[in-house]
Amino acid sequence: MARIELDGLAHAYGPRPQQPEDYALRPMTMTWQDGGAYALLGPSGCGKTTLLNIISGLVRPTQGRVLFDGRDVTELPTEARNIAQVFQFPVIYDTMNVHDNLAFPLRNRRIPETEVRRRVGQVAELLELTGDLKNRASGLSADMKQKISLGRGLVRKDVAAILFDEPLTVIDPHLKWQLRSKLKQIHHELKLSLIYVTHDQVEALTFADQVVLMYEGAVVQAGTPQALFEEPEHVFVGYFIGSPGMNLLPCTLAEGAAGLIQIGGASSAPVQLPVAAQHLERARDRGALTLGIRPEFLGCDNAPRPGAVPAVIERVDDLGNYKMATATLGGQTLRAKLPEDAAVVPGAGWLSFPPEKTKLYADSIIVR
Amino acid sequence: MKTRNNKAWFLVLPVVLSVAFSAVVPLMTVINYSVQDIIGPDQKVFVGLEWFKEVLRDPDLHGAFLRQLIYTLVVLAIEIPLGILIALSLPARGWKASLSLVLIALPLLVPFNVVGTIWQIFGRADIGLGGHLLASLGLNYNYATNPLHAWLTVILMDVWHWTPLVALLCYAGLRAIPEGYYQAAKIDGARAWAVFRFIQLPKLSGVLLIALLLRFMDSFMIYTEPFVLTGGGPGNATTFLSIYLTKLAVGQFDLGPAAAFSLVYFLIIQVVSFVLYTVIQRTTNPAAPRQDTP
Amino acid sequence: MTLTLDNIVKQVGTQTHLYRMSLTLQPGLNVLLGPTLAGKTSLMRLMAGLDRPSSGRIVVDGQEVTHLSVQQRSVAFVYQQFVNYPNFSVYDNIASPLKLAGLAPHLIRDRVQSVATLMHLEPVLKRLPAELSGGQQQRVAIARALVKEASLLLFDEPLVNLDYKLREELRAEMSEIFARREAVVVYSTTEPFEALTLGGQVAVLSEGRLLQQGSALEVYHHPETVRVGQVYSDPPMNLLEARLTAGRATLLSGLEFALPAHMAGLDGLYRLGVRANHAGLQPSGPDNLQLAVRVDLAELSGSETYLHTTLSGAELSGTAQGVPPHAAHLVAQLPGIHSVTPGEQATLFVDLRRMFAFDAQGQLVAAPQRLPVAAAQHPLGSR
Repeated sequence: MARIELDGLAHAYGPRPQQPEDYALRPMTMTWQDGGAYALLGPSGCGKTTLLNIISGLVRPTQGRVLFDGRDVTELPTEARNIAQVFQFPVIYDTMNVHDNLAFPLRNRRIPETEVRRRVGQVAELLELTGDLKNRASGLSADMKQKISLGRGLVRKDVAAILFDEPLTVIDPHLKWQLRSKLKQIHHELKLSLIYVTHDQVEALTFADQVVLMYEGAVVQAGTPQALFEEPEHVFVGYFIGSPGMNLLPCTLAEGAAGLIQIGGASSAPVQLPVAAQHLERARDRGALTLGIRPEFLGCDNAPRPGAVPAVIERVDDLGNYKMATATLGGQTLRAKLPEDAAVVPGAGWLSFPPEKTKLYADSIIVR
Repeated sequence: MKTRNNKAWFLVLPVVLSVAFSAVVPLMTVINYSVQDIIGPDQKVFVGLEWFKEVLRDPDLHGAFLRQLIYTLVVLAIEIPLGILIALSLPARGWKASLSLVLIALPLLVPFNVVGTIWQIFGRADIGLGGHLLASLGLNYNYATNPLHAWLTVILMDVWHWTPLVALLCYAGLRAIPEGYYQAAKIDGARAWAVFRFIQLPKLSGVLLIALLLRFMDSFMIYTEPFVLTGGGPGNATTFLSIYLTKLAVGQFDLGPAAAFSLVYFLIIQVVSFVLYTVIQRTTNPAAPRQDTP
Repeated sequence: MTLTLDNIVKQVGTQTHLYRMSLTLQPGLNVLLGPTLAGKTSLMRLMAGLDRPSSGRIVVDGQEVTHLSVQQRSVAFVYQQFVNYPNFSVYDNIASPLKLAGLAPHLIRDRVQSVATLMHLEPVLKRLPAELSGGQQQRVAIARALVKEASLLLFDEPLVNLDYKLREELRAEMSEIFARREAVVVYSTTEPFEALTLGGQVAVLSEGRLLQQGSALEVYHHPETVRVGQVYSDPPMNLLEARLTAGRATLLSGLEFALPAHMAGLDGLYRLGVRANHAGLQPSGPDNLQLAVRVDLAELSGSETYLHTTLSGAELSGTAQGVPPHAAHLVAQLPGIHSVTPGEQATLFVDLRRMFAFDAQGQLVAAPQRLPVAAAQHPLGSR
């Protein structure tokens, strides 16, 4: 296993990139620790697959370097990089049985047969494939085949990292959960470096210690799932992580009155929100401002509370285990997630913004 | 409860009629001829299985059958591996791929009798490019008199004419293999031979069986090209089943034995094709697909 | 219109896809909720007239239509896959059913326009389906179904193939799309959350059987059987086997606790059901059952953390042989996103006031008290 460093890495599919828009992958520098479980998450076209292909050696980056444990591998082909990969569709060798499939990478490397048998046995045990070793691999179900693909990476001792390219796409929903926990368990036991590409936030957050969220070819935030949820550094993170996503309100600093914010247009009434004065000062002249608060943290009540802002509660939907209130403030719609017993009803209401959960963004980036 | 709809019969009528006139009626005629002795117009005698017995005892037929079998096996043994090899060496994409596909497909567009004529002229020592070249190298090459030369020419002609079909089928099969397989094999450290043996060949098995079936049927029934080239000679050297059958039916006007012979011939092709077809079915559908939501 | 399925059965070969069931659907939204292979698609195909029932009748407004073909009924169908004409523009796709019906051109234009507005498709009317995102393609398919103004609209898991953010957006619009329609709308889903968000009537199906029918919330709060509780909870409802007697409960492990008020008077062997959102790592009130568990995995979904746990060995020692596997696995839903280390020991707090009790046959015998509105309208036992 290895530490992976991306040093000033960028990629453009066309020749001579000029503007940031020309890049499929905008310049980035980051380090992935040995033994970490990383997820590259983002909507389709965000550049995550390009990044994965650069790491596996299928694509040579336009600029920058890739280092495994400090060794520059940028120019090395896939087979010289000691990586393993699990693809979207299971790749198995049809004519071989499960045992020979798992043994294939070892036999290609001329490992002695006794050693091959020992390691295949271990991996089969780990993946719960022992009973199927003698069966032909082509007749198995998709989830078994994906386990075999994974197993071919696990049998090798020299693997620097195992890459996963949306590996659960073809798996039945009720089996996804089992495979996910298997993967988690294997990571826990073997301390492997794993890189997992997906557009599915459940998969990414559940699988990874560190999530790298990508948007339009750039990394918008890398951090623990909890950090992405509680402290989104970019409005896209707020929108993409969480269901429903963060309430994002375009706003402006009120002219003349210090510390006041106008939600929506300049015609709306300025309101006092718990945003630190130095943040407001720093946000000045840094582009369009957005106020962000997650529905889970937004308070909503029919009676006034200290520090709350008057608003109109449009509707309250009972969703069984919680209630969802929809309110408008300065022409903007906000949603608040309330306990199942909450007695809030539509009509006049007050919204409370807890200070530590209320974020201000300038030109989409958090103001700190 | 089933809904009945008689319109359906009307819609399949054209097919029923065309099949009847193109296959069923001629087949019945042949069966009828095979059990009668036709002495002259409107004069025939029922002879039962007499013609079948005679045909099966005919040493000339045995010779033709053996020749046919060797010919088909040789042709398959050359064309299938050669076709795979050509398909593997063709470029995968771009204008080079399109160009080579067109060039490769050219022999397939030539009418059968023209193929025979081309090779007949090509192989002649006096005016043919190939024959002249061999003669100038000091080889006494003459397909019209030397049975071995005749055989070599006929086989070379078939290989030239039909290997492109095998190559095209394999090419299509190769393009259908997802890129992920090659990437996975690279990652698993597989060399070119292992990639061929464990990915390409297994994935081609369905296509190859179809190619085998087609080439078996066609080569087993070959007629026009050797007929134009050698007329079945020298002697009986290239008299394959079809040529012998024609000699029997048209040349000697032995309609009864010819009919019996046709039926035996027909049966052989049916049986072998059926066996191959069953094998294809088994290899391409290892298990019935599982049903999803009912 | 009113659609009635009267004692229908569907068999294919020796397999029974739908066991005898009767169901009446009124105009408005009707959700079919059930896991894969529950028979949702089979049922919708019968409603549409794409299949015939093996026995039973299908009646529309008192008129039997069992043997009418799909062309003779007023039906529109939206599938999981995005089914559009690939070489028609979005506009022509939406207009296609109206053109087939031979409507006047100006009427077609008006109706396509209004549906395109509702589905937010005006900017892409000239494009081809292949040039659209998955979400937009499904919008086109839905628009094509709506524009027919059929009296029966069938949606077979229409959002299942969309990315989760697109699913969220389209789901939020669904109630608006279905509002003010006189048609019977049937919408199938495997997700309890979707059934609750859409509201309306729900019919819970499992393995070809109709389990329960009622309003979305009523069924959610009063699942008549264990199976309904399982199907109508994601993750499935946690179940604990317990012996109840004299106001006290004893778990198989021997752990004993006082029964909550709504279970008073129960005596014998029962299964106690509690949804994941009523189990957590923090006490939620005075009446909490504390269980020692080992954490297996945290599944982070949307804005919630689902903690999958196993009752600790100590908890099960002595009586472990008799414990069915499902009773050892508990899921807790924590608000927000949290990371946990697999293998960690933890204490799970289960809210006793939110517990359901099912008898040995799996029938509901006690449900948690709800707010006065819900409780008064739907007293227990009013089946």
